[in-house]
Amino acid sequence: MKSLKASGHQLASSVAQLGLLEQEVAEKLKLPSFRDKLRSAGLFPLQPTELSVFQVNVGKMCNQVCKHCHVDAGPDRKEIMTRETMQQCLDALAKTTLQTVDLTGGAPEMNPDFRWFVAEIRRLGRHVIVRCNLTIIMANPKYRDLPEFYRQHQIEVVSSLPFYNADKTDRQRGKGVFADSIEALKLLNAVGYGQEASGLRLNLVYNPAGAFLPGSQEGLERQFKRVLFDEFGIVFNSLYAITNIPVSRYLDYLIQSGNYDGYMEKLVNAFNPAAAAGVMCRNTISVGWDGQLYDCDFNQMLDLNVASPVRHVRDFDPVRLSQRAVVINEHCYGCTAGAGSSCGGTTA
Amino acid sequence: METYYNPEDLKKFGNIGEYQKELADKFFSYYGSVFAEGALTAREKSLIALAVAHTVQCPYCIDAYTNDTLEKGCTEEQMMEAVHVAAAIRGGSSLVHSVQMMNKVKQVSM
Ligand code: SF4
Ligand code: SF4
Repeated sequence: MKSLKASGHQLASSVAQLGLLEQEVAEKLKLPSFRDKLRSAGLFPLQPTELSVFQVNVGKMCNQVCKHCHVDAGPDRKEIMTRETMQQCLDALAKTTLQTVDLTGGAPEMNPDFRWFVAEIRRLGRHVIVRCNLTIIMANPKYRDLPEFYRQHQIEVVSSLPFYNADKTDRQRGKGVFADSIEALKLLNAVGYGQEASGLRLNLVYNPAGAFLPGSQEGLERQFKRVLFDEFGIVFNSLYAITNIPVSRYLDYLIQSGNYDGYMEKLVNAFNPAAAAGVMCRNTISVGWDGQLYDCDFNQMLDLNVASPVRHVRDFDPVRLSQRAVVINEHCYGCTAGAGSSCGGTTA
Repeated sequence: METYYNPEDLKKFGNIGEYQKELADKFFSYYGSVFAEGALTAREKSLIALAVAHTVQCPYCIDAYTNDTLEKGCTEEQMMEAVHVAAAIRGGSSLVHSVQMMNKVKQVSM
């Protein structure tokens, strides 16, 4: 399977995606815009709260081509953060007391400067989260020592595992992904990840394999913990239940499967003001592979830059950034449905 | 095409209060409590609801609880097993009445 970009798909364009979303909500479904919903909840314009997460997307290259990927990542994507831009991120971090750096991709580990970058961030004494897709550990012998590398640097590992069985996982993420993910989880457990008292946190991310919303995070976590332990002896800390955002390949899936109208209607009807108050863009800044700044990784993929004179990490200025309003659009309904959704799971 | 069942009507379920608000409110509050986590998990209750939906053959409920069981992380296999439980009880409840038939046969036969 190719990325939308490599196959010349219309939805590879962020302008096309945004146009489609706006048309769908306003004209087709005749539902209120996200802006109006926020306004009625007293949250418009959406102001940042205290900045606490510095999320860096180190590139779109990935060993997988998941059907729901909002990055449109894959082996054919060559956009990769350079060491120079990484240095600019480090300089930005050094200017702040920001405690958490969240590294994502693609498969962040495929960036050739990934390990150097992690070590440098740790030298600044910051907490590092890596969004590891698990299969990368098994993809090539050169990645087999990643669990040990993570352990050495006391990194928090957050990994997608959309379901506790092979059928649903592989349908979403590709054939053989579940089996490789299980092997990778065993390797992570073996160095102490997810084990009580090791201090090495391993969190899993659940997202629905289809056009429905995630159920209760607690209920799903109980289920995942039971099955993964009973069947594979695997342990982990928390499960984050995440809603699929109607962007990029997931948007394409919704349209192709005839679920687009129903899904958008569901998201809008499930708008929860409490979830809206807790959206992650309020305490996060997201850096793109080329150093540009965004309110979140979704806005990044939609080319919606921060609404601030500070647009690049080389000019990073937390005070000026705190004065911006978050750039929102109809895809944001994905973050505010039901119990809410963020990179750290539910928000309400 | 006009049909007796319209998928759009499921979304209007909440409107039943239009004609009798008090009873509708009581029903929905009861409904909410029934499906909350309790001695049974919300997930187990959802699977029971799916099975019952097939027994009462309500397309609205089948639609709603197919979605709900998926949301609660059930597998297709678990969902189908729940429907088999409904089918087994349905079949069994017919068959167990055959004892009455057998009794009657024995009573009136030589
Ligand atoms: S969802 Fe993650 S693992 Fe899958 S293609 Fe996208 S970046 Fe790669
Ligand atoms: S999509 Fe991004 S900008 Fe929109 S609500 Fe979610 S986190 Fe905020």
